[in-house]
Amino acid sequence: MPLIERPLTQNIRPGQEPPDLRAYERAGGYEGLRKALTLDPKTVQDWVTRANVMGRGGAGFPAGHKWASVPMGPEAARPKYVVVNADEMEPGTMKDRLLMEGDPHQVIEGALVCAYAIQADVVYIFLRNEYKLSEQRLCKAIAEAYASNYAGPKVLGSPWSVELRLHTSAGRYMCGEKSGILNALEGKRAIPRAKPPRTAVSGLWGKPTVVNNVETLANVHHIIRHGWEWFRSLSHTEEGGTKLYGVSGPVNRPGVWEMPMGTTVREILEGCAGGMRPGHTFRGLLPGGASTPFLTEEHLDTRMDFASMHQIGSQLGTGTMIVMDDKTCPVGLLYGLETFFARESCGWCTPCREGLPWVARTLEAIEAGHGKPEDMEVLDSHVKFLSGHNTFCELAPGAMMPLKSALKAFRADFERHISEKRCPWRTG
Amino acid sequence: MTTLHVDGKTYTADTAGRNLLEVCLSLGLNVPYFCWHPAFRSVGACRQCAVKVFKDEKDVRGRLEMACLIPVTDGMRVAIDDPEAVAFRAKVIEWLMVNHPHDCPVCDEGGECHLQDMTVMTGHVYRAYRFSKRTHRDQDLGPFVNMEMNRCIQCYRCVRFYRDYAGGRDFDVHGWHDHVTFGRHEDGILESPFSGNLVEVCPTGVFTDKSLKHHYTRKWDLQTAPSVCPHCGLGCNTFPGERYGTLRRVMPRYNGEVNGYFLCDRGRYGYEFVNSRNRIRRPLQRDHTGPVEVSKEEALALAGTVLQSRKVIGIGSPRASLEANFALRALVGPDRFYHGVTDKELRLVRTLSALLKRGQARTPSLREVESCDAILILGEDVTNTAPLLELALRQAVLQKPKADALKLGIYEWLDECLREAMQDQRGPMIVATPDRTALDSLASRTVRAAPADLARLGFAVAHALDPTAPPVPSLTPDTLALAEGIAAALRTGRRPLVVSGYGCGSEAVAEAAANVAWALCRTGSTASLCFTVPECNSMGTAMLPGESLDAAVAEISNGTADALIVLENDLYRRAESGSVETLLGARQVIVLDHLAHVTASRATLVLPAATIAEGSGTFINNEGRAQRSFQVFVPPDDIQASWRWLAELMPHSTRPWKGLDDVLAALADAVPAFKEIPDIAPSADFRLTGQKVPRQSSRYSGRTAMTADLSVQEPKPPVDLDAPFAFSMEGSRAHPPSSLIPRFWAPQWNSVQAVNKYQFKTGGALRDGDPGRRLIEPPEGEPTPYSVSIPAAFVARPYRCLVLPAWHIFGSDELSLHSPGIAARAPGPYVALNPVDLGRLGLAEGQAVTLSVGVASRVCSVIVAPDLPVGVARTPAGLPGLPALALPAWGGIAAVGGHSPPASQHAAGVPPVAGNEQDAHTATENTNATSGSPGERGGAP
Repeated sequence: MPLIERPLTQNIRPGQEPPDLRAYERAGGYEGLRKALTLDPKTVQDWVTRANVMGRGGAGFPAGHKWASVPMGPEAARPKYVVVNADEMEPGTMKDRLLMEGDPHQVIEGALVCAYAIQADVVYIFLRNEYKLSEQRLCKAIAEAYASNYAGPKVLGSPWSVELRLHTSAGRYMCGEKSGILNALEGKRAIPRAKPPRTAVSGLWGKPTVVNNVETLANVHHIIRHGWEWFRSLSHTEEGGTKLYGVSGPVNRPGVWEMPMGTTVREILEGCAGGMRPGHTFRGLLPGGASTPFLTEEHLDTRMDFASMHQIGSQLGTGTMIVMDDKTCPVGLLYGLETFFARESCGWCTPCREGLPWVARTLEAIEAGHGKPEDMEVLDSHVKFLSGHNTFCELAPGAMMPLKSALKAFRADFERHISEKRCPWRTG
Repeated sequence: MTTLHVDGKTYTADTAGRNLLEVCLSLGLNVPYFCWHPAFRSVGACRQCAVKVFKDEKDVRGRLEMACLIPVTDGMRVAIDDPEAVAFRAKVIEWLMVNHPHDCPVCDEGGECHLQDMTVMTGHVYRAYRFSKRTHRDQDLGPFVNMEMNRCIQCYRCVRFYRDYAGGRDFDVHGWHDHVTFGRHEDGILESPFSGNLVEVCPTGVFTDKSLKHHYTRKWDLQTAPSVCPHCGLGCNTFPGERYGTLRRVMPRYNGEVNGYFLCDRGRYGYEFVNSRNRIRRPLQRDHTGPVEVSKEEALALAGTVLQSRKVIGIGSPRASLEANFALRALVGPDRFYHGVTDKELRLVRTLSALLKRGQARTPSLREVESCDAILILGEDVTNTAPLLELALRQAVLQKPKADALKLGIYEWLDECLREAMQDQRGPMIVATPDRTALDSLASRTVRAAPADLARLGFAVAHALDPTAPPVPSLTPDTLALAEGIAAALRTGRRPLVVSGYGCGSEAVAEAAANVAWALCRTGSTASLCFTVPECNSMGTAMLPGESLDAAVAEISNGTADALIVLENDLYRRAESGSVETLLGARQVIVLDHLAHVTASRATLVLPAATIAEGSGTFINNEGRAQRSFQVFVPPDDIQASWRWLAELMPHSTRPWKGLDDVLAALADAVPAFKEIPDIAPSADFRLTGQKVPRQSSRYSGRTAMTADLSVQEPKPPVDLDAPFAFSMEGSRAHPPSSLIPRFWAPQWNSVQAVNKYQFKTGGALRDGDPGRRLIEPPEGEPTPYSVSIPAAFVARPYRCLVLPAWHIFGSDELSLHSPGIAARAPGPYVALNPVDLGRLGLAEGQAVTLSVGVASRVCSVIVAPDLPVGVARTPAGLPGLPALALPAWGGIAAVGGHSPPASQHAAGVPPVAGNEQDAHTATENTNATSGSPGERGGAP
């Protein structure tokens, strides 16, 4: 059997219906689950740990470690849950959508392997409300999986039973936050939760829960099927596997591609996306969604993995970059982003609830030519204070990432807005 | 003990189960906070308590942490005054001020605003925000709580109190991002009986006291003293506040053992009787020409004549102080003193008191109730008979799941995390009552039965726990299984609790409850037994020897007495009108009371008596805790404490009492049970750093101006002979003993949050112990014998219903009904019936009926109570203007104007055995057991 190099997208044919169960099985689908069922759950956890799958939702926490902290054995609290985080709301990000629309059984199989590994009783797929096509295709795939006893009582004759449920979100950025998603699923306000306890111990309805991103889970049955050594060999770096990288903005071919983990920014931007469109000059990019710091020309040869991006003071995030050219006003871009974050703040903690709207209104004023020199201090102080443990969750620090880096990289543009009392990018 | 270093100083503290913020506050360090509350603890929302925490002594950078979220570790290094922490905390205030309207001059909270205090504490002075503020529409939340949502700083304490702590459902957080609001889904009266606590829970002026708004005064202008709530038997501690001779508001006074931080809405808003236009302000003489105001001297002379020339008896009151009751008893003589309640009520309260004194089960404080983990409620609708007990029980049912959740490694102060882990798990709580109660939704099991059957169930539970407890004859297998189930649930508790009381009016129910608690004690549990009592001094007065009102009626009717003194008592509320007419038919009737009620209108002499806010006295609550309540202000005109009137009526030669201490000394001497009473609070000659304790704050304004319209000379402050308090702003500002704290205030802490400075541990006892002294402790030695009088099973009767009193938090208390807000929420006269009885009696919902009990009757409308047992009816107790019905008793219900079945010819409360009852011939066959009133002892089993 030839080993695959692009496991996640091997079955995906853009513009076509995704493989149904039979087609998926013909391509080797559910082999990973079948094999997992022959293994001890701890062994499955162990393989995923060895494969070093970093969480693909943005935080980069090793999936295997997360699974290993779930209480196991007859004494463990039941039911246990797996929550598939399919609430892809990070601006500029559409990688999970590709997986769910293109190969829904792959997502389901990954989730089931995870569920087996922690001996979960229920899997919830928490889906972004706007992903209507994903919803249709997942629904069909779930029905097929039940019909073939990949889910339901006594999966494939094993003693293990699992329920599989699709939940469509009411639609808020905070629903995708790792603990906000649990409150949202419980029908509560999607506010984040404090720690301890870890979600693995007291998560959904106070029971042991693993929350993983769609892309993370889409990898795991491949690991079981082909082994963790193979998985690690796919990557250019220590972090195993391939990664879905995306590019949006004024480039020749915006899109999403599966590449080895650790592909450089330049390879993705110039190789996959075909470089900047004619007449557009590169100024910077947000590497992994809106809540990551700007990269500029000097960073383009950095590898796109969690460790390398961290080293240069940025973040991999979701790995889907937003490119900014010379025709885009950075203040206007930031105003748009911060308005989004201010609106999506859940209102739980003071700095985020009150700070982000203040930042957004300040940017609005600057962009409109009403900026004052002291506005720069307002922005700087928010960058300073909306960080670390100062806020309850990562939303506001994330929102400060692009602002902080923009204030450094494009400060002159901000100051020009204020001194000229207008946006230099606006004509007329 | 843990050592920690804060700002370079080394402290040792007991940090078990406490976070860094709580430890810092207890050490006297000022760390600002908003979302943390000592009763609901931490959620980490406001980010105001940020401090710098260093890894070790080499770490110079440290990192900001929210003090409310993290534990204290030994050797921990913390900097509150770190520049980055200071700057961040000021920034948090600046953020909160982005939308806060900063309308302090017109805000009711001004001067006692936690947000003001914290703003000053953090040093934030200049707001850089230059855009418009968001605004909200306010809701009308009813008569108690005013809303001004623009002031909200989104600390989430209101919703955490209302929903999580108090179990309310009609209040929530709405909206998102910087447009979060708190309130009901639409305008309307807040349903929770604890809604008034939003006023203090809110750190700023969003929720304020609406009753105060009608006669607003700043906190610093209020004259206050430690007082006790007169509106139920729990004895919650209060701070009434006065200005210009009127009582402006009542706030909870922290007592770690009793009410903690809270008060129910009856206790908070019931104060307006003090300001009522119906107050008796001057002595009134009434002869055939009508009432005439007389001077105090004339009144004393008139009363003196009566005392000399007549055979006088005295009628006391369970809502008057011990001192007042004792003074009356001393004036008329111990054998001529009668309790101001019916024989039925006196027997019931004395039974409750005796059961607590006799048995091994301890009577718990409300704090102890909160820590109980397996609960049986027998016959009691606590929301309406002892409201704050409901709040305590709501915390108690969380004990068991909380203990489980803590095993997951959750810090016990992380409130949201605990609630998440607990979900809707609750510890065992069995609610066995005649009808639905507010606690049903938390109950692991509910049982609906008539009082006699509730008692039988209780006796059966006791027998199931301990086979030496008396067995219940002829139990159905279902009841037996139920009893065994309840026994098993109670056995799972480490600290089981049995709650009962006066609600059913049944001694048998109380005895059964005691048997359960005793059976638990005998089988190795440390069980508690909590009884409710009807009024603020029911427990205290029942400990005074003396007979009941019924005996007083006999005295008057047989002519052995021809004059009576009625102390703070509207007899028409107590007994059926026939008996009252007999009493008031005495030649001379002297009434001492606050309000012109029907009894006062029949008196030949009325003496204006001080309310609880106008005189000092002692009250004993349901726990058996004696508590001193101090005079808050000098009442106008001739009003003075009843005991003082009575003392002044004593012959000159034998008049030994100048002040309260003299009465207390005589009381302790005369009644052995009260020998500790004088010591529960310092006497009048107590001095703090050589001075009295001032009732007025150091910022009290208008001292020289407020009476300048009468005289430009500043009057000398009145002298208080009864307490070590001054009616003045002059006096010692040192921390007084806890029973003498006139208000909670500390430098930089003008809001109620200053109470942190009066405790060694946040949420714990006041520094020199919580006020009050328990007079009832379980006896040592051999276990008490069980109660053995088991009533026969309840049997419904044709044409008649067993009428039970339905108690209402708003409606059943005499004094609080004078507050318009409370009166507005009182029910109308109704009779609640099971649908089966409705059909049986041929009645429809909403229909007007006449309810007849004995010789008394009332017209009321029918409501349907599907849970009520067949054959049982309920009707509101204590409503004004309704004839007193001595419940429970058998009664007839008939459509107004329609044919009424024959009423019993026997007086209420002493029904004959069923065999003699007129309608007994139609009773079902198995009515062979003696079937008395449920409040009565049934036939021998």
